[in-house]
Amino acid sequence: MEALISLAVKAIFVENLALSFFLGMCTFIAVSKKISTAIGLGISVMIVQSITVPANNIILTYLLKPGALAWAGFPDVDLTFLGLISYIGVIAALVQILEMVLDKYFPPLYNALGIFLPLITVNCAILGGSLFMVERDYNFSEATTYGIASGFGWALAIATMAGVREKLKYSDIPDGLQGLGITFITAGLMAMAFMCFSGVKL
Amino acid sequence: MSQTRKQLLVDPLVDNNPITLQVLGICSALAVTSSLNVAFVMSLAVIAVTGFSSLFISFLRNYIPNSIRIIVQMVIIASLVILVDQIIKAFAYEISKTLSVFVGLIITNCIVMGRAEAFAMKNKPFDSFVDGVGNGLGYSLLLMCVGVVRELFGSGTLFGITILDPVNNGGWYVPNGLLLLPPSAFFIIGFLIWGVRTWKKSQVEAREFKIQSLEAH
Repeated sequence: MEALISLAVKAIFVENLALSFFLGMCTFIAVSKKISTAIGLGISVMIVQSITVPANNIILTYLLKPGALAWAGFPDVDLTFLGLISYIGVIAALVQILEMVLDKYFPPLYNALGIFLPLITVNCAILGGSLFMVERDYNFSEATTYGIASGFGWALAIATMAGVREKLKYSDIPDGLQGLGITFITAGLMAMAFMCFSGVKL
Repeated sequence: MSQTRKQLLVDPLVDNNPITLQVLGICSALAVTSSLNVAFVMSLAVIAVTGFSSLFISFLRNYIPNSIRIIVQMVIIASLVILVDQIIKAFAYEISKTLSVFVGLIITNCIVMGRAEAFAMKNKPFDSFVDGVGNGLGYSLLLMCVGVVRELFGSGTLFGITILDPVNNGGWYVPNGLLLLPPSAFFIIGFLIWGVRTWKKSQVEAREFKIQSLEAH
């Protein structure tokens, strides 16, 4: 349990997907103009992330790993090279299913999050989360924790960024830096602030 | 025709750069630039994937049903990335370790999807190929610029060859450790965008608010 909590804290603060691995930057920069939309997107990423990482973990353990197909009578088969294509397939399919389920059973939530869901399929934070899970060899409970925590970290980062940008538009910025330029520099300063957490050990 | 093809290739370098203007595919641009070797391999991989995915998608553009086009594009891109990944693992294993997940993330690199969607679905295969390569080159140009700054001033080397002799080897240059850390990439890209936009005024974004006291002067 202790190990899981420290994994979660590490995924939220120290190894924040957005600010220390630059994942999901395209949406991070594009959708952080208003706090309300940023929070909506953040929550959708968190939900999708906490479903896809464990799902991909199951696929890895029971289908792709060397020897994983032993239950089907193929103990020598190693399908890890098919990893990338199956993870992205799982992500695309799960996002589609989530969209349909939300539409059917939770219409208000669907109306709030609906526009972001297609964006999420091509969000690198989602695929990145699954790939880090594979690289670091997480087991199922670790993968679940990591999925929730890293999604939360990303949501936190985009919400704070939107807060900063809402204030930023009233300030007097040089013409060339207007918009995209100053956003990058702000993100850099935020990343530096997040680095302070790297000393935290649990 | 050759004139427009040349434009397709050159336009994305500065005038319509995928990173500084279209805000596409920044994720990997920032993460892999702390050394030039890695940035170079990553650039080659991205150029290959954007070029060939545009080519193949353009070949198939009349056969892909509109409703499932995203999935089809995804599958083509993912297969190409798997190929690139396996090639890098076979011929440059050390670099593939440093790139870790970022080769896989070319799949979700918005430049590839963006070009497939915006250009390759509507144009002839060869033009699409040139357009893909052009955008890959625009991406690489920025990647290499950031890589040069970070490696030269961060550790005093270029492609691993010592240029500025660092202090801990008895030289005179004190390496700037910040440049090897992630946040520096944000700053460098921010300043690059500033530079490009000072040069090309047309790319400057309009202000949302005007400050009145400044207007009066």
